[in-house]
Amino acid sequence: MSSVIGIVFIAVGLAFDLFGCIGLVRLPDVYNRLQAATKCVTLGTCSILFGTFLVVGFTSPGIKSLLCIIFLVLTSPVSAHAIARSAHRSGIKLWDGSVVDRYAEDKEGEI
Amino acid sequence: MKSKIVLFILAFLVWSLLNWVPDWQHLVVGVFVSIFVAYMTGDLFIQRPYVLRHPLRYWYFITSYIPVFLWECFKANIDVAYRVIHPRLPINPGIVKVKTSLKADTALTFLANSITLTPGTLSVDIDREKGILYVHWIDVKVKDIESATKLIVERFENILKKIFE
Repeated sequence: MSSVIGIVFIAVGLAFDLFGCIGLVRLPDVYNRLQAATKCVTLGTCSILFGTFLVVGFTSPGIKSLLCIIFLVLTSPVSAHAIARSAHRSGIKLWDGSVVDRYAEDKEGEI
Repeated sequence: MKSKIVLFILAFLVWSLLNWVPDWQHLVVGVFVSIFVAYMTGDLFIQRPYVLRHPLRYWYFITSYIPVFLWECFKANIDVAYRVIHPRLPINPGIVKVKTSLKADTALTFLANSITLTPGTLSVDIDREKGILYVHWIDVKVKDIESATKLIVERFENILKKIFE
């Protein structure tokens, strides 16, 4: 029974990972792509890992996949934040259709 | 010193889980590795160890932060998936400023991470002196600082204030 639920989790996670990859191709600039990459890929991969845990139970790979969920949730937003900040500070403009950029207004003249 | 002890316990726990099922050889090596890690990097880990002593904070963390976070994370995924597979790509991006009244390091980290994993927002930079976060928003609804704060930050700020301050 729990292996069936686990396979459902893995399927849902694969679907979200696929949407994240489509987002990486379709969205216009680096910031929007980061949005798709962090959100979809975090929950998609966590879902795959949790499904793996449900299938294999409290064995050595199951415990490791639970640990991976914790580290993934903690580190993926941090790396997205670092990439976005360094991209903006190295002068990459927002997409032409963007409506507002308060960060550039405030950091005018600062390098 | 307290920070080092907390880090030792945490490192030992992670080591035991990585070496599941633990036997005594793994545990002895784990004690040495954890002591080394705690000795080298212990001072960087926690600034205010006394915060860990309140059981009520763990209770708030489990009962009010985690359900809200999981629900928002799920909504964020549905939202991004909808925008990505919609043929006309309904995005309206921009970077807005929001205010926060949190001061502690851990609370700010958790706030930025939560903002990144909630629907449509991605924290770009933080100004600690003024308490300002710069947030990339995939669908900008309001541009001024007050209403953006209300829409983005307030869900998490009250919960995090109870847990970490």
